[in-house]
Amino acid sequence: MQKRAVFGSRIVPYALLAPQLAITLVFFYWPASQAVWQSFHLEDAFGLSTEFVGFENYVHLFSQPEYYRAMWTTLVFSTAVTVLSLSVALYLAVMADKQLRAAATYKTLLMWPYAVAPAVAGVLWLFMFQPSLGLVARGLRLWGLDWNPLLNGTHAMTLVVLAATWKQISYNFLFFLAGLQAIPKSLIEASAIDGAGPTRRFWTIIFPLLSPTTFFLIVVNVVYVFFDTFGIIDAVTGGGPAKATETLVYKVYSDGRLGGDLGGSAAQSVILMFIVIALTAIQFRYIERKVTY
Amino acid sequence: MASVTLESVRKVYAGNVEAVKGVSLDIADGSFCVLVGPSGCGKSTLLRMIAGLETITAGKIRIGDRIVNDIEPAERDIAMVFQNYALYPHMNVYDNMAYGLRNRGTPKPEIDKRVREAARILAIEPFLDRKPRQLSGGQRQRVAMGRAIVRKPQVFLFDEPLSNLDAKLRVQMRVEIKRLQRALGVTSVYVTHDQVEAMTLSDKLVVMNHGVIEQIGTPSDVYRRPQTRFVATFIGSPPMNIMEGIVEGPNLVSVGGSLLPVADMRADLKADTRIHVGIRPEDVRVVEDGGTAFRIDVDFIEELGATQLFHGKIAGDEFVLQAPTGLIAASARQLALTVDATNVHLFDRETGQRLGQVDP
Repeated sequence: MQKRAVFGSRIVPYALLAPQLAITLVFFYWPASQAVWQSFHLEDAFGLSTEFVGFENYVHLFSQPEYYRAMWTTLVFSTAVTVLSLSVALYLAVMADKQLRAAATYKTLLMWPYAVAPAVAGVLWLFMFQPSLGLVARGLRLWGLDWNPLLNGTHAMTLVVLAATWKQISYNFLFFLAGLQAIPKSLIEASAIDGAGPTRRFWTIIFPLLSPTTFFLIVVNVVYVFFDTFGIIDAVTGGGPAKATETLVYKVYSDGRLGGDLGGSAAQSVILMFIVIALTAIQFRYIERKVTY
Repeated sequence: MASVTLESVRKVYAGNVEAVKGVSLDIADGSFCVLVGPSGCGKSTLLRMIAGLETITAGKIRIGDRIVNDIEPAERDIAMVFQNYALYPHMNVYDNMAYGLRNRGTPKPEIDKRVREAARILAIEPFLDRKPRQLSGGQRQRVAMGRAIVRKPQVFLFDEPLSNLDAKLRVQMRVEIKRLQRALGVTSVYVTHDQVEAMTLSDKLVVMNHGVIEQIGTPSDVYRRPQTRFVATFIGSPPMNIMEGIVEGPNLVSVGGSLLPVADMRADLKADTRIHVGIRPEDVRVVEDGGTAFRIDVDFIEELGATQLFHGKIAGDEFVLQAPTGLIAASARQLALTVDATNVHLFDRETGQRLGQVDP
């Protein structure tokens, strides 16, 4: 079989690539380069005058305690969501991998949350946990917990973590289930004959064999928490109370759009861009080598 | 060491698919029992039931004097070698072999002693630090064997362990498995679809088809006196020729108009009964045209090196004759053949059962 496609005309392959390239150029390279350009400039709020300021935006950024606080918030937020969504998804996948009567239904139901838009998911959780109206919030109050994510930063953080986790579990579940199903059944049987009980089997055979999947998911989840949770945070807390849930990506938005500091916001975008590039590099470097066997 | 006993064992899967239909079998302590049959005959299911990897729908399985129906695989004191070896890819060879012992809380020095001894027996000492993916097929096979023998189980179970190896290695490993089993004296149950493996390895050969046992016996028993038409054509290569025949009288049948004397024939068969006559390709001799000869028309010849296969037809039925190379002129278009009365096998056309004397 021939692996390389052969085209009759030299133009055809370029024509086929063009739409994808155009989209990447217009929606990624253009805004990205504009962000880099903007990050070296200072612009007034109405966009009437622009002044080149060099690295001043970056210097200013790193002298702000708020920026370090947003970093810390992001770290807490991403760690909590990644750990929580991975472990819940793994647990569900292990359960779903067993032979169940309603397995198909069960799997489909677990998939659905992924199809819900972040902002919609956020509103959903906002309703449930709204201090005065929310069903769950009322329940919590009955239990004697003074639940108020509108005033209490820890409560607000818990809420966005829950919402973001809930949305991400589906995705992780899917990958874990595929990973589990890729483990040859005879390995599990061999370890059963070798005298390993279900728990020991999981930790000595299944979990190590899942490690490529787990590593891939950690990277994907961190990237997700960094960027895709914007909708959830915006809908649930708007970064509050008192910036308790303001992550790096939310700060880009609030400083740029709400605060009118386009230069500073652009500088933050550029830093985020570097973080993603670094994460992707780690993923490519390690996922191909260290974790596979 | 222990014997393995199966009593009317049945396996019915969801949807009422009966994979094993009432199998009874005694495997003596220390013997090598081979289950052979075409794919889907239930032999692997039976092995997995002995291992405890499949539940038993009905009947009893004993290992030693213990009924193991409700006992976990880990508690049955068995070891199994899988078709794809099922080595743990993330562990090195040493850990693969030590895993079962560690799970049972064997003391470390004892584990080390046993693993090194098994590695020495199987000549895999240089590879103890390697991961399975760094080994060749034959080496992986040895590690799988090593993992089984370190445990010193009562029974070895083999599920087509050689089918992933190339032909040359398969022959070599076959000999090694036999030698190892003799040396260790562990009761072994071995599943294969390869009749050569089955013949060479077994003390006791069990031929299965469609979930039932067709015949149990020593390899030569099964070869010389197949109890059913299925066994006759399954064991032996090339397979036994089966032809339409008619009973002519006591110990006499006719095939395509030629008369054949038969040594082993049921006494109550009436004349003119239509039957199937089986003759092995290697049991016929070429003769000068004469009284008891039957004739075949040669279509083509297959060269096997030491022997030649003459393909032809006798009264419309396919017939294959195996003869040492050079014995018969390759130019022969028609051959007159004769066969000893002891080498003619008769089978019922409907049931496929052997129509021989009840007690030979």
